[in-house]
Amino acid sequence: MLRDEDRIFKNIYGLGGADLTAAKARGDWDGTGELIKKGRDWVIDEVKASGLRGRGGAGFPTGLKWSFMPKENDGRPHYLVINADESEPGTCKDRDILRHEPHKLLEGCLLAGFAMGAHVCYIYVRGEFIREREALQRAVDEAYAAGLLGKDAAGSGWDYDIYVHHGAGAYICGEETALIESLEGKKGQPRLKPPFPANMGLYGCPTTVNNVESIAVAPTICRRSGAWFAGLGRDGNTGTKLFCISGHVNHPCNVEEEMGIALKELIEKHAGGVRGGWDNLLAVIPGGSSVPLLPKEICDTVLMDFDSLKEVQSGLGTAAVIVMDKSTDIIKAIARISHFYKHESCGQCTPCREGTGWMWRVLERMAAGQAQVKEIDMLLQVTKQIEGHTICALGDAAAWPVQGLIRHFRPLIEARLTQGPGHQEAAE
Amino acid sequence: MSDKVNLTVDGTAVSVAPGTTILQACEEAGAEIPRFCYHERLSVAGNCRMCLVEVEKAPKPVASCAMPVAPDMVVSTKSDSVKAAREGVMEFLLINHPLDCPICDQGGECDLQDQALGFGGDASRFADNKRAVENKHMGPLVSTIMTRCIHCTRCVRFAQEVAGVPEIGAIGRGEDMEITTYLEASLDSELSGNVIDLCPVGALTSRPYAFTARPWELKKTETIDVMDAVGSNIRVDMRGREAMRIMPRNHDDVNEEWLSDKSRFVWDGLNTQRLDRPYVRDGQNLAPASWEEAFAHIAEKLNGKGAKAAAIAGDLVCGEGQFALKALMDKLESPHVDCRQDGAKLSGPRGNYIFNTSIAGIEEADALLLIGTNPRLEAPVLNARIRKRYLMGNFPIATLGAPAELTYEADNIGAGPDTLADVLAGKHGFSDVLAKAERPMIILGQGALTRADGDAVLAAAIALAEKSGAISDTWNGFNVLHTAAARVAGLDLGLLPGEGGLDVAGIQQAAQSGEVETVILYGADEIAGASLGDAFVIYIGSHGDRGAHRADVILPAAAYTEKQAIYVNTEGRPQMTEPAATPPGEAREDWKIFRALSEVLGLTLPFDNLADLRSAMFEVAPHFAQLDGLSESAAPQAAAKDMAAAKMSREAFAYSVNDFYFTNPIARASATMADCAKAKQQRDGETEGTGTHG
Repeated sequence: MLRDEDRIFKNIYGLGGADLTAAKARGDWDGTGELIKKGRDWVIDEVKASGLRGRGGAGFPTGLKWSFMPKENDGRPHYLVINADESEPGTCKDRDILRHEPHKLLEGCLLAGFAMGAHVCYIYVRGEFIREREALQRAVDEAYAAGLLGKDAAGSGWDYDIYVHHGAGAYICGEETALIESLEGKKGQPRLKPPFPANMGLYGCPTTVNNVESIAVAPTICRRSGAWFAGLGRDGNTGTKLFCISGHVNHPCNVEEEMGIALKELIEKHAGGVRGGWDNLLAVIPGGSSVPLLPKEICDTVLMDFDSLKEVQSGLGTAAVIVMDKSTDIIKAIARISHFYKHESCGQCTPCREGTGWMWRVLERMAAGQAQVKEIDMLLQVTKQIEGHTICALGDAAAWPVQGLIRHFRPLIEARLTQGPGHQEAAE
Repeated sequence: MSDKVNLTVDGTAVSVAPGTTILQACEEAGAEIPRFCYHERLSVAGNCRMCLVEVEKAPKPVASCAMPVAPDMVVSTKSDSVKAAREGVMEFLLINHPLDCPICDQGGECDLQDQALGFGGDASRFADNKRAVENKHMGPLVSTIMTRCIHCTRCVRFAQEVAGVPEIGAIGRGEDMEITTYLEASLDSELSGNVIDLCPVGALTSRPYAFTARPWELKKTETIDVMDAVGSNIRVDMRGREAMRIMPRNHDDVNEEWLSDKSRFVWDGLNTQRLDRPYVRDGQNLAPASWEEAFAHIAEKLNGKGAKAAAIAGDLVCGEGQFALKALMDKLESPHVDCRQDGAKLSGPRGNYIFNTSIAGIEEADALLLIGTNPRLEAPVLNARIRKRYLMGNFPIATLGAPAELTYEADNIGAGPDTLADVLAGKHGFSDVLAKAERPMIILGQGALTRADGDAVLAAAIALAEKSGAISDTWNGFNVLHTAAARVAGLDLGLLPGEGGLDVAGIQQAAQSGEVETVILYGADEIAGASLGDAFVIYIGSHGDRGAHRADVILPAAAYTEKQAIYVNTEGRPQMTEPAATPPGEAREDWKIFRALSEVLGLTLPFDNLADLRSAMFEVAPHFAQLDGLSESAAPQAAAKDMAAAKMSREAFAYSVNDFYFTNPIARASATMADCAKAKQQRDGETEGTGTHG
């Protein structure tokens, strides 16, 4: 269990104030100018040494991503864009950072922006986050007033501006290139890669898009050293992480924990356990709605980090743990997730546009017991036809939950289809 | 950058230029890649996912249309995973695509149909209801059946990029995404018909052609368009004697693969208002007559009075016909010949009256001045080329004339010759732009030349071209944009007033005063009938339009789709039409009419067949023999007498084309063109009603 002194987000529950004074009391903005004066390479090296992997879902090493930005400025401005379009069902970690720890994010923006040669940062806030945007804007105003942003930000000699942009509430705009399109005022549709944003991003300029949490932990990493962060968790899965536990637990919560904590420990220690006891557990979606679910027997032992969850054909994603007890109609639940992806598909490329609706319709019929058994294989094949064939990862995200369902609950579906609805028990 | 990139496609080694896409490299290697959204003249969208290929070491199949080649890439286009990927995409496209091929106009020339043959399954696995999408209104030309749409966005990209009217877009998302026009108005473009060709399925089809024919029952004839002076390459599809539709052909240097709406949809004009037999005036009425009667009537009037005859050639007539007319007038010993029925002050060295830069050459220019021309209406396809150059960047454009809505940003620097004089004198900001440009272009429109001071404007424009370095050994930036397909050939063949001859205005005056007793209108329909006084008018042409109304004798001739003839476009490029049908009824090919008439008059012209006529014609204009070639032309030269800028009036330049859909007799005979004009009127009326107008 994470020791208190290793906790990065000390105010994630909002027990202290979110204002600058309170943030400073917690150690934010402490010597930021001095950190910057150590140079661009030093910042990137610390983040690389920390082993921090992107917290938005894909888990790409953050330091490496920063180092993709051109070292020399070719006349085009560099941009840092913060992805605060947190919309993955089950995920609510960035929301609490925006509400209660906005200064961690802003300080991180300055450090990261400096490390990639950017003078301008855009924070793209999810459309539904009204209060969060207000909280963030308050913090930005405070930071400007205190000279922490703007000309010679925080006494570092680096000019830095942050703009808060409010999205219009589209899940797809959390995809980095769709986010860039949206920021440019266009319809939020992912771009083809290559070219990658580090070469041709916002307004055709080198751009890095990072998740809120990835950036918000950067100042602490720089202050306490990459080695400290790397000392937490396991090799390749280092540091601390905000977990969002929701669903059929006694105390749903956000909690910062060490990477690699056992799923069972996480739920029992922090969320008060599964409703009706661990044995009442049916399945857990460990990383937000897009990753395949895990049945109880895997949940018993699995560790919560990128590589452990990959081994069991799931993923850490955003570390949004959705717990489902035995009262859940799992087919109906996945059908609902499928509806979400059908609704949020941008419609640009064929497999996702046509496939997400197909999957949803078949699943709805399956949930009602109105499909044929042979359609299970067909459905699985449809998920494979979508996965890996689309422009962005939304196609994969739509396919995986369905694949997880068929992988682990096939007998249940078969029973429902042969014996009619109400044969939930078959899974036990 | 000249280094080639080597890669392997299905085991075949190819080397291509860096920056080439995998798809292009595959084609080079002979591997065909199916595609829907990719189009080589549009930006890459990469959304249909049909062109997926396998690239060694890539974790996922790669969209070959969007991925540039890399050295030593190993591409496979035939592996099982590629096949599976394509079959998967095809299945997705088909689940919501209606199986209505038997009643779809695209049937037989549908990309989806063709590729479903290769990658489609035999039965659908999709057990739910198919999506139905409401049709959109896209005006009188484009019919929409949006349920068939596969969201390739080619039409969106065309409107945005080529047509320059960003009025087509996608609304909604996911499976509810729909392609629609802005506020469901018809597309405000003269190139809108091209979306029909671009649409890979039957979502956007031709409204006038709807349900009239199947592609396999049409006889296809490759020929040349004459609706403007661009000389777009077209294909006329006939069923029996009836033109069913007109499609563009690819010509990289002329129309690429685009076609203006007038050229594409004018075909119903070819079937209506046709002159299919000779007529002779009998009091108020024109009475049907035989050729013999008509000729006899003419012979009676012309007998011994050949020198009092005059001839005006129209906008759509061919080289051969004009050559024969000129030969006849020479035999009649009349110098009163003019091919410039609009009164344009064009003559002199060839460089003075052609589009010297060439259409493809526009892409190399680096500054542009438009004088008295609105290319969007006068030559929409050429205008698309200007836009193409504009999109490449660093291309300042200025216009002289009334502010016009062009499809690119242009600075309207003035209305008339005053500003032209300023630019010439170096007193205007744009003088510097032209001077600094390495390859500046000046395009002079007919609107600036048909004025009384046209000579002076021409001289000033040539002087400006010389002064700004637009004319050098390697670059000729002086251009005249014609609107009539017949004109350059007429000028080349010398259909101009001879020694003591009268020009168009002179002929009209002389006809009124009685000095000219007979006027031959060869397809000349833009001459007001009353302006010819009491003269005896012989009309030779294909359509019953203004000329025929005034005529005392009508001799029916062939339209451009009914003869093999040479037309020279505004660039000076001779191209040959091919007959898609024979002329209707008793109508005859133009040159034969002049030849037959000459015999009746006892002045037999010295050619008995087309070959003899052409060899005589090639002696006058040798470059006509170089079909599709651009021959070296003399540099533009201003006549010294016109050089004084003071000779220019202060009147603003007017444009020569205002009613885009009604510029010639064939267009005026077309009901489709009338519908277009009506739609345009409505649209303009609506925009005025918004309150934001003006």
